[in-house]
Amino acid sequence: MAYSNKVIDHYQNPRNVGALDRDDPRVGTGIVGAPECGDVMKLQIQVDEHENIVAAKFKTFGCGSAIASSSLATEWVKGRSLDEALEIKNTDIVRELALPPVKIHCSVLAEDAIRAAVADLKAKLEARRARAAETAPQAAAK
Amino acid sequence: MKIYLDNNATTPVDPQVLDAMLPYFGEKFGNAASRSHSFGWEAEEAVEHARQQVAELIGADSKEIIWTSGASESNNIAIKGVAEKYADKGRHIITQVTEHKAVIDPCKYLEQHGFRVTFLPVDHLGRVDVQQLADAIKNDTVLVSIMHGNNEIGTLQPIAEIGRLCKQRGVLFHTDGCQTFGKVPINVEEMGLDLLSCSGHKIHGPKGVGAMYVRRKRPRVICEALVHGGGHERNMRSGTLNVPGIVGLGKAAELCRLHLDSEPARIAALRDRLKDGLVAQLDEVHLNGHPTERTPTNLNLSFSYVEGESLMMGMSEIAVSSGSACTSASLEPSYVLKALGVGDELAHSSIRFSLGRFNTAVEIDYTVERVVAAVRKLRAMSPLYEMAQEGVDLKSVSWARD
Repeated sequence: MAYSNKVIDHYQNPRNVGALDRDDPRVGTGIVGAPECGDVMKLQIQVDEHENIVAAKFKTFGCGSAIASSSLATEWVKGRSLDEALEIKNTDIVRELALPPVKIHCSVLAEDAIRAAVADLKAKLEARRARAAETAPQAAAK
Repeated sequence: MKIYLDNNATTPVDPQVLDAMLPYFGEKFGNAASRSHSFGWEAEEAVEHARQQVAELIGADSKEIIWTSGASESNNIAIKGVAEKYADKGRHIITQVTEHKAVIDPCKYLEQHGFRVTFLPVDHLGRVDVQQLADAIKNDTVLVSIMHGNNEIGTLQPIAEIGRLCKQRGVLFHTDGCQTFGKVPINVEEMGLDLLSCSGHKIHGPKGVGAMYVRRKRPRVICEALVHGGGHERNMRSGTLNVPGIVGLGKAAELCRLHLDSEPARIAALRDRLKDGLVAQLDEVHLNGHPTERTPTNLNLSFSYVEGESLMMGMSEIAVSSGSACTSASLEPSYVLKALGVGDELAHSSIRFSLGRFNTAVEIDYTVERVVAAVRKLRAMSPLYEMAQEGVDLKSVSWARD
């Protein structure tokens, strides 16, 4: 099974390897997969005050196709809003990387990682808004 | 630079072997079964000489060597051929879970055809328990098949002890000797072997040819043929002999025998150089298989937090193999590593390095550097390594799965 040049490129020159601060209120973290399956992806996104994704980082335990899929995912989410990030489909990743059938599940996991990160961030932002809403009426009342 | 460290998969043909084979393609091309002319006689002579070369390597008589198309066929004849021939005596076979598929699949086939098979478990180093084997032998057991050295993890089984046990209990003993024939001393008498499978292409001989040792005395063992048609090879394997291949296998066996005192040790030293080099620069490197009872050419290591296929990609000019699911068409991790209880995560992180006659210290040192660099790079990219560094116990994490 020979790798496509794009997969090799992502391995040799991975984009956005690293970590963002999990505790940062503007950072969402998604961890998907399991060691027993041979694939674990951690994908993190950071938004600006308009909730557009300005930074993304990934770490992956998995084969070359898994690494490339998650690396590509971090490239693609940057510049998108949270809802636009959810539009990324695994089939887009398959096409871009020319993944063979046996590696399609890697792209599915990458899509899941994006969703998990977005869900995590949305939950955090929602909780923050809820807290702000609680204190606001009291502040107004003072 | 391209480096080949996958000699357990196959080996390059030794130039001396190739030289020995060549005349038998164009010049001395006769059919060894042609009894009436010199073309046949000279082919037959070469075949008989090769029989002697193989027999000498294992302490057998040349009449006890049967030619086949390879060890897979030898395994099939040994297992199915014995089962069929001795079916009136009994229908129980004992083997173990880390055998090569060429032993496991014939056994599974027999299970579908009225035979009972016991698959013995192995310990965490890959060894069968001889007492368990003894307990498994019943009145209707006709064959025990336990490999000598494992192709993935290199673990050697206690063959001589098993041979003694089988002799005591009157059960035939077959061993798949693919990974040890020519690398580890084998003596069919001392080890109590009744049947032995040998491969050409694992010992710098050609592909497509193998041999079987089939005992002729005390007891006389007979296998029903799988391929009928002419009665060649004492009725156990019909078909025109692959004379050039046989000549090659004979020569390869002879070269192994001549250097059995020095070659395996030389290669083992290179193998240890590889291991020591890696362990000196990397932590969390785990050896799979027995630390001392292993074939001299095999090194199977798991590199924690790094997946095997990505590691191979990171050292793509070096040929090795992995127990990772990602490298198998079925997406199942290595069943051998599973049987050791290694755990799926370490199975996915495993790399098998298998050395051969033509590997050099320069190649080994280069390999150490490349593997170290690739492991470090992949660990920096690994969420598991990150969690481990943070002190998270990975076994306690509940992973999100579909």
